[in-house]
Amino acid sequence: MFDGANRRVVSLWFPRLASDRALRRHPVSGPFVLTLKEDNTNHIHCLNAAAEKQGLYRGMALSDARAFCPDLQSRMADLMTDRRFLIGLRRWATRYCPWVGLEGDDGLVMDITGSAHLSGGEAEMLGDLRQQFSHAGLTAQIGLGDTRGAAWALAHHGEGVAQPGQAMAALAPLPVAALRLDDETVTALQRLGLRSIGQLADTARAPLARRFGSGLLMRLDQAAGLQPEQISPLRDPPHYGVRISLPEPIGLEADVMAATTRLLERLCDKLAAQETGVRVLNLTLRRVDQQGQHVELRLARPMRDPARILPLFSRGIAEVDAGYGIDQLRLEATQVEALPTQQTSHSDDTSPGQLDDLITRIGTRIGLENIRRFLPADSHIPERSFLIAPAAYSSPESFPSDPRARPLIMFPPESIRATGPQPPQQFRWRRMPLTTLRATGPERIAPEWWLDDQNWRSGMRDYWRVETRQGRRLWLFYTPQEPGWFVQGEFP
Amino acid sequence: MLPQITAFPLRSARVHEACGPLAAGLAAAAAAEAGGVLWVRESWRPEAISPIGLAAYLDPSRLLLAEAKDQTETLTVAELGLRDGALPLVVMELSAPLSLTAGRRLQLAAQAGKCTGLCLIQDGMGSNAAETRWRCSPLPDPEQPAEDSTLQRWQLIKNKSGTLGVWHVRWSQSARRLTMVSPARE
Repeated sequence: MFDGANRRVVSLWFPRLASDRALRRHPVSGPFVLTLKEDNTNHIHCLNAAAEKQGLYRGMALSDARAFCPDLQSRMADLMTDRRFLIGLRRWATRYCPWVGLEGDDGLVMDITGSAHLSGGEAEMLGDLRQQFSHAGLTAQIGLGDTRGAAWALAHHGEGVAQPGQAMAALAPLPVAALRLDDETVTALQRLGLRSIGQLADTARAPLARRFGSGLLMRLDQAAGLQPEQISPLRDPPHYGVRISLPEPIGLEADVMAATTRLLERLCDKLAAQETGVRVLNLTLRRVDQQGQHVELRLARPMRDPARILPLFSRGIAEVDAGYGIDQLRLEATQVEALPTQQTSHSDDTSPGQLDDLITRIGTRIGLENIRRFLPADSHIPERSFLIAPAAYSSPESFPSDPRARPLIMFPPESIRATGPQPPQQFRWRRMPLTTLRATGPERIAPEWWLDDQNWRSGMRDYWRVETRQGRRLWLFYTPQEPGWFVQGEFP
Repeated sequence: MLPQITAFPLRSARVHEACGPLAAGLAAAAAAEAGGVLWVRESWRPEAISPIGLAAYLDPSRLLLAEAKDQTETLTVAELGLRDGALPLVVMELSAPLSLTAGRRLQLAAQAGKCTGLCLIQDGMGSNAAETRWRCSPLPDPEQPAEDSTLQRWQLIKNKSGTLGVWHVRWSQSARRLTMVSPARE
């Protein structure tokens, strides 16, 4: 053993986590599937045992499945709630041992070293786990071994327990897929005739490493306990979620807003206690028919002032379909940022806060990233002497004063017909015949050779300000290295 | 004594219109007058306002740019901005004619937020609801060297509460204000 200690690891796999969760609330008899929409087709995401018996499988199109099985019942999958459910299970599992981590989307891993005796031994602990899961209506497969790899293999390929030090003996008959390999490697190994882990362990290592890289041997060594593997228990993050259950379902917008106010007040108290502000809020409204409706609010600045956040919710809540009524509301801050307490002073300018609210309000319509502001940048290339940054994730900066005249309107260079390095006396631009009255220039701008810019491939540019007899004042440039004239902007 | 320009600075809490090749120049002058602007444009348009050019009028950090995907979104955002009033001026670039209803909605929003609106429109696409409409075109100026802005001809072609008129103006970059030029000099 690598660390001298005998570790004991339990792997829990919930092969039907999503459908079990859905059926716990609303049991149905007969075949049942959860579907996910992908490429405009509903595919099976998760299915119950009865549906499996009918020959349905994951990833199958729902329409095909219905053809096989006319009495199939289906619902939409809710990945976010499934994830939350798994995290809840993880927290529950800490009753057995402190080290519990997530294993993918549908499993948990527990390091029970030195904890098993608290439940009366390994056998009793596993028995208790099985009993709890069957009470809860969850299908679980449990594996126990010296390593995380061995436990995973035993959980996913025939439940079992490997006695201390006997990992390889227990794993030998299992297929190579039990080593957490990708499908490609598994197929390639099967083509070589290496079907079980035992066969693989008996094969010479050097050719395997050459053929498949070190990843395969790493997985084998991890399972055998020759290479360490970590179990990272999730730390419980500070939880910014509050909810309210209502004795009578509500449906009026004003009532929902009132309930949201109460949630917001509680949430903001929590935020204030932790000196954080919320950036993304998620409001889940549960209807009496158990359908969940989500309202997401992304804020332009971290905030924890209920009075300011509430009006920003009004649009999202107005769009909610209350159905037969809403009987539970849950408000969660999914993204928080540090927001230290600040002393308020009477000289404080209140307009920045007002501006942030405006950004948030527009952001709920067109997306927060579509509201931008200009920031100065250090470059003499006209197009690159400023940045356009999302306003919600930047703060305003003043521009340094620039004596060089620059046009107010700029556009991608438009070619005009002219020759020679002097500005043309007459030219046509956008179908308008124009005559030069006065030209000022040239101002030579060389490309920044350290940046490869597609638009500056034609080399340096000589910029001219051209006043026309027709009145318009344009920004022209000439490229001496590849002769040509272009219009790039217009002065007011 | 030059004739005073009557409807500029733009009347507050109303929505105005500007067309012509230098409409953006009037918008920039109005933004300089107001001290802050929400500029709403459709993201697909190739022509864009340049902050370096704008710096002659107004510190570009006082500008907020909203990129909408079509005119409906432009109007929605502009209405929100007008009603909110956090920025004193809302400039919107429009590519299609405005219906009377949409124009009225903008007027009501501007009234509620005590905020000025300015639609940059194509020639002949004006809405009946607009308070004033300007046509801004450049003038050739054989005398003055071009260190400041082009000589501009601002024609007030619609005014709900006042007279129409024509003014020749120039934006003085150093003084950051509009200077009148006598049209008789032409």
